[in-house]
Amino acid sequence: MTERKQTSISYRNGKNKLIYILVCTLSFLSMLPLFFIIWEVISKGYKNFNLQLFTEVTPSSMDAMLSRANNGPIPGGILNGITGSILIVGVAILLTIPLGLLIGIYLSENSQKRFAKLVSYLTDLLQGIPSIVIGIIAYAWVVKPFGGYSALAGSVALTIMMLPMVVRSTEETLKMLPRSYKEAGLALGSSYINVVFKILIPSGFGGIFTGILLSISRVMGETAPLMLTALGATIVNWNVMHPTSAMPLLIWDFYNDPNLVDLIWSTSLLLLIIIFLLNWLAKIVARKWKI
Amino acid sequence: MKDKLFKLLLFVASASVLLLTAGIIYALIGGASQAFGEYGFWGFITNSEWDPRSATEEYGALSFIVGTLFTAFFALLICLLFSLPVALFNGEYFKGTKISSFVGSIVGLLAGIPSIVYGLWGFYMLRPLTIELGINAQGFGIFTASIVLAIMIIPYASSLSSEFLSMVPNNLKEGAYSLGATRIEVIQHISLPVAGSGIVASYILALGRALGETMAVTMLIGNTNNIPKGLADTGNTMASIIANQFGESDGIKLSSLIAIGLLLFIITAIINLIAKLIVKHMSRA
Repeated sequence: MTERKQTSISYRNGKNKLIYILVCTLSFLSMLPLFFIIWEVISKGYKNFNLQLFTEVTPSSMDAMLSRANNGPIPGGILNGITGSILIVGVAILLTIPLGLLIGIYLSENSQKRFAKLVSYLTDLLQGIPSIVIGIIAYAWVVKPFGGYSALAGSVALTIMMLPMVVRSTEETLKMLPRSYKEAGLALGSSYINVVFKILIPSGFGGIFTGILLSISRVMGETAPLMLTALGATIVNWNVMHPTSAMPLLIWDFYNDPNLVDLIWSTSLLLLIIIFLLNWLAKIVARKWKI
Repeated sequence: MKDKLFKLLLFVASASVLLLTAGIIYALIGGASQAFGEYGFWGFITNSEWDPRSATEEYGALSFIVGTLFTAFFALLICLLFSLPVALFNGEYFKGTKISSFVGSIVGLLAGIPSIVYGLWGFYMLRPLTIELGINAQGFGIFTASIVLAIMIIPYASSLSSEFLSMVPNNLKEGAYSLGATRIEVIQHISLPVAGSGIVASYILALGRALGETMAVTMLIGNTNNIPKGLADTGNTMASIIANQFGESDGIKLSSLIAIGLLLFIITAIINLIAKLIVKHMSRA
């Protein structure tokens, strides 16, 4: 044992108290940025947060400039971004859910197999890929072979981002279910496929659905991969093979266009509302369908 | 029969993850091969020239690698200052109380804010502040980008490390208390050493996030193609150069950008692997 220097109890208590205060203060400070950001977005965004935002497409830079010169409001909204986000994220959800559920079921049922461990490791690897790199991948897979930017390329990029989250949440939820559920079903003579779809999935519905909601909220605000894939458009587009805009892409466009800059805050406000609603919904689902 | 088909379907779906990974690596290497073929692997990552003018066209990744490491590590340093207290607050001082779940969910919401909104906030609120502080004239640069980056990774670092702190066995702590230790001495000599490698792992994961973060950094770092000389200097990260120049590129420049993407993929994969191995080791112990 090394000899410890004797320290007085008042010094030790003082140090204890000081660190306690420091921890509380710094924890409190860590919460501040959230309020700053929300305040900034609300205080600057509420002015243009009106019906027009949802019903009209992005105005051209020229129209916006003329209107600004006459001190008028910005003549347009972000309808093309809202529909674009619905299209791109919607297709991504359709691609992700079946695949993610199947992989999650496989991993939870065969966790001891070597192959499952490899798949599980690769899922982790996919989860760690930076979003911009995923954009490059979707560009190489979809944009280049099909000869143009498209909503589908954006959906593929978002699918790669959502898949690991859905797989993980499905796997973890199903692993938490008691073994007896499955055994009871099989003992009653039910087929494996019925046990999975009529017992396991419904029992784990809360956890699985929460995972899906959280993964949607995570990709909703993704900008970088969409810049390399969906590109953006100034019209409402429902064709998956055409370039399409999305709310985060519009924020980026507005940021780069001094005439439209007033719209960035209302678009950000809408985006934040959607994301926080999804998070809140996920929390409610998780609480209500707790296993 | 139906069951067999279903099990096969499950297997095929899982095998698609292998296919996906192979496709990703193939796409990145295929796209990067032209740049690596032209400059060589070492030549590419040790060259700090990024010159798109057609007469003297030359591309190297060194400036962006340095810029990425610089911003990410500085952000991690700032993040440590705030996320460790949050982790102690939630995992030790107020473990399991209402106030801890409140603080936890508020800090957790930071993870939900899109990168581009952080960028806007940094541009309109933080940048004027850095100008006022006299750090640099335009307010863009490593310093501004790192601060925003630090805020973005606080939730990732703090939630995982508070989980590891709350897993420290009570009897160890009680033993120290019964010997007359104060709370901070228990934290210093029991909690932090026991949860240590888990906490390190959560910071490595946060570092991985910081390395790949794109939009906020792109909007704040200043986008100059040089090796940053200090905190006040401007620069570019690997992610931001791709975001900035991908759209208008073709030929060797496009290939160079994909090569940077490949490097970023490799770096983050290694970092995540290290963190996952530590976490796995921890949960087994």
